[in-house]
Amino acid sequence: MKADLRKGKVVGVNGNMVAVEFEDNVMQNEVAYINVGDEKLKAEVIRVKGKRTDLQVFEDTVGIKVGDIAEFTGELLSVELGPGLLGKVYDGLQNPLNRLAEKYGFFLKRGAYLDALEEGEEWEFTPTVKIGDKLFAGEKVGTVPEKIFEHRIMVPFKLQGQWEIVEISPKGKYTVDKVVAKIKNEEGRTSDVTMLQKWPVKVPIEAYSKKLKPVDPLVTKIRIIDTLVPVAIGGTFCTPGPFGAGKTVLQHLLSRHAEVDIVIVAACGERAGEVVEILEEFPELIDPKTGKSLMERTIIICNTSSMPVAARESSVYTGATLAEYYRQMGLNVFLLADSTSRWAQAMREMSGRLEEIPGEEAFPAYLESRIASFYERAGLVKLRDGSKGSLTIGGAVSPAGGNFEEPVTQATLKVVGAFHGLSRDRANARKYPSIDPLDSWSKYTSFIESDKVANAVAILRKSQSVGQMMKVVGEEGISNEEFVEFLKGEFFDAVYLQQNAFDKIDEATTSDRQKYMFAIMDEIIEKKFKFTSKDIARRFFQELRQSFITFNTLEFDSDEFKKRESEIRKKLSDA
Amino acid sequence: MQKFYSEILQIAGDVITVEAENVSYKELAEIKTRTGISLAQVIRLEDKKVYLQVFAGSRGVSTNDKVRFLKKPMQVSCSENLLGRIFDGNGSPRDGGPALTDNMFDVGGPSVNPAKRIVPKNMIRTGIPMIDVFNSLVESQKLPIFSIAGEPYNQLLARIAMQAEVDMIILGGMGLKHDDYLFFRDTLEEHGALSRSVLFIHTASDPTVECLLVPDMCLAVAEKFALEGKKVLVLLTDMTNFSDSLKEIAITMEQIPSNRGYPGDLYSQLASRYEKAVDFEDAGSITVLAVTTMPGDDVTHPVPDNTGYITEGQFYLRGGRIEPFGSLSRLKQQVNGDTRSDHRAIMDRMIQLFADYRESIEKKSMGFQMSAWDEKLLKYGKRFENELMSLAVNIPLEEALDLGWKILSDIFDPTETGMKESLIAEYWPKK
Ligand SMILES: Nc1ncnc2c1ncn2[C@@H]1O[C@H](COP(=O)(O)OP(=O)(O)OP(=O)(O)O)[C@@H](O)[C@H]1O
Ligand SMILES: [Mg+2]
Repeated sequence: MKADLRKGKVVGVNGNMVAVEFEDNVMQNEVAYINVGDEKLKAEVIRVKGKRTDLQVFEDTVGIKVGDIAEFTGELLSVELGPGLLGKVYDGLQNPLNRLAEKYGFFLKRGAYLDALEEGEEWEFTPTVKIGDKLFAGEKVGTVPEKIFEHRIMVPFKLQGQWEIVEISPKGKYTVDKVVAKIKNEEGRTSDVTMLQKWPVKVPIEAYSKKLKPVDPLVTKIRIIDTLVPVAIGGTFCTPGPFGAGKTVLQHLLSRHAEVDIVIVAACGERAGEVVEILEEFPELIDPKTGKSLMERTIIICNTSSMPVAARESSVYTGATLAEYYRQMGLNVFLLADSTSRWAQAMREMSGRLEEIPGEEAFPAYLESRIASFYERAGLVKLRDGSKGSLTIGGAVSPAGGNFEEPVTQATLKVVGAFHGLSRDRANARKYPSIDPLDSWSKYTSFIESDKVANAVAILRKSQSVGQMMKVVGEEGISNEEFVEFLKGEFFDAVYLQQNAFDKIDEATTSDRQKYMFAIMDEIIEKKFKFTSKDIARRFFQELRQSFITFNTLEFDSDEFKKRESEIRKKLSDA
Repeated sequence: MQKFYSEILQIAGDVITVEAENVSYKELAEIKTRTGISLAQVIRLEDKKVYLQVFAGSRGVSTNDKVRFLKKPMQVSCSENLLGRIFDGNGSPRDGGPALTDNMFDVGGPSVNPAKRIVPKNMIRTGIPMIDVFNSLVESQKLPIFSIAGEPYNQLLARIAMQAEVDMIILGGMGLKHDDYLFFRDTLEEHGALSRSVLFIHTASDPTVECLLVPDMCLAVAEKFALEGKKVLVLLTDMTNFSDSLKEIAITMEQIPSNRGYPGDLYSQLASRYEKAVDFEDAGSITVLAVTTMPGDDVTHPVPDNTGYITEGQFYLRGGRIEPFGSLSRLKQQVNGDTRSDHRAIMDRMIQLFADYRESIEKKSMGFQMSAWDEKLLKYGKRFENELMSLAVNIPLEEALDLGWKILSDIFDPTETGMKESLIAEYWPKK
């Protein structure tokens, strides 16, 4: 750290908020360190009032005294961007958790911070420009191979205007801090390009030429999502649901199976054990697209519920920044945040300590705008070289009492493109994924024909209303035709919308298989059955369902699959 | 020489304010009052003002009482000497034994680096089918029992503790009824388990805020023993009392409540305790079973609600039985794939059928004609309730699975069960 840091003195401690009286000047959102004994605790300036400033401390504040020294760094809370991020596990401030563990053992040591990118690691750089070339921020000067990707080394995002290459390193191995190019702008100012650049997490990276409308469906391989409530590449969606409804399991499934290049999992204020499951599973799982371990395309940001609260907020921003960085390379990036409610609660805690005027349920008035600007970071972009990159964001929401009429869910629903609402009833009945097929919605289009989908939804609706009716008038009070519609809806739900997350085949359905299976569903939905009694009808659908449950677990287009299909077709034509 | 401060500026609720220097955040202090010495903890610093939360409550504190800062945060002793001992909510002996002073260390230490955790893989067998079959308990799990007052939750807690194969039991009582305290103590003694137990007991007659330290002490001790390789089971009853004490302090400190008076950080407060449950690589583990009583039988009440978002499932205790709906062990899939090949299918289908049974009951109660299918479900549901749900049942997992197949085959045809055909071929009882 520099010797000429501006200093201040602690004058108050209230939870993770520390008030400091400073001497010269401070900058909003700059990083400061509070010295406690021989520990330096990272903090961020969040309010300035006269000669006093309030800091949110990213650590446990136990032991801080009035009179302790604070040092201001003049830097905004930033992350390091460069090759070597993939496959890593970071905390909300981008500390590498594995290296912390090697160094400090079982527990997270307060005030211990390490570089995000490993010092001394060399990367094979290949220049892609020559002297005299003119570039804008975000355009590449060269590439390095990182895992299965070509990692672009780009003109620093913070530079404005056009820059000319005046020096460029030849192909070779360099560490991330080595200058690989020198550039000069029209005013003659020169700047260095290294493989590493720093970027403040709360500022979006916008070094692209324009933002496009997300239209293409993102194949998640979760049938209910892809068919009924699809997500677009570069779009946004949220998954609110009461505890235990299946938000995390669903996000894990998406992170494993979605057809994207890079996945960033931001575990924000949730259970550590869930992250450990990813850490143990992913290295073993093979990505069918690349044939490599899933970990090679994944970055995990992990600020679990017992880790310092203030870093929860930064963890979602850290995730978004890393995601935007890879989007700049023309890749499709998927950011999954579990749970955005914890981040909102961290904001609420801090707002309460600042004694701001509270809004609904004590959340601060700026909750909505913060949530909106977070999802705004998603998007399909056209880069300056004409290629496209995307960032799709999915956020879990944990509404208090499972009631969607609460500030975080409502603020999120205003800004996302799809709503996957999880239902307590479906989860209790073990109908997974427990996305409510009728309440949920999406503004994006599916890869399955929309009028066919509308038909399926209509039968679900009908089935539900017949179900309701039966509760009032009994089975005897409805016609056989209505009863069959009821059964069709239940059947479609059971064998198509529900998916067994613990079956190797059923857990992920490719778009080809979905189209194929949906066509069969469509036939069944359209088919006019003539059953002589309700019991016979029920029996028929029970057997059909039985057949399909096994069908779903057979490999697509395998002999067994075909055999089962012809059995099913026979059963249908006999009916 | 320790300095005393004898000017108390403010007494509000259980929080007092003094002017003092060189005091650190969360430091402990002692207050000497007419009635004795009480422990207090710094909860806020503001220039020279120091806010202290008084664990014994502020009743009887007078403005000229003496406050002495102890220059350390809350600590607890940890050694073999703890075994078989009973302490109160402050960590003072409750059993007439000597106070412990050896090997003292801070409670509420840092959290475990997630990179150092391992995925838990050991099932804890309880002999209760509703747990073993439907919601297996796993070593290092954190799991609450959601219950209304009056249910036998402490009995259930004790029964699981006695049946679980663990090296150590740590019981934390918060607002525990004296009878329940004696029940736990006697049960542990009868089963010869007291000598591997440590009890921190705050009873209903103790000052309410004094229970705030109980979870931290229990978990700090558990952590030390787990690091030495012990499998530790921590029982906390009742976390709603703990949360209510947090609420009391928050209101006194004029914090803006988020929901029904509870502070906005209730989630974080509870999480930092529950997350102490862990399975250490090459060392022991901590499993946490807690009781959360639900005021008004309402799960959406902030305490059970926040708890549900933190823990790895929950058991609902209702009418003396563990309810199949809503009860959930989120770690069950870590273990129930390796028990028996039919375990998961039995678990899923029997619950789904039980849900259908509940619907049929509803129909019946509304006077509708019962179809042949309804009749089957009614029969099924009754048997499920009597033979699997009742807490009187105490059988090993395998026997419970066999019983499941028996009930199914007595009532249904194989196809009606919706089970995968390969399982039916293997397990359907031959008549
Ligand atoms: N798709 C699924 N298939 C099978 N079981 C599931 C599925 N989704 C969820 N479950 C079951 O529900 C449990 C809870 O799911 P999950 O952890 O995803 O809930 P959550 O909504 O994230 O809850 P919380 O808000 O408390 O984190 C899982 O442990 C699992 O037992
Ligand atoms: Mg979750």
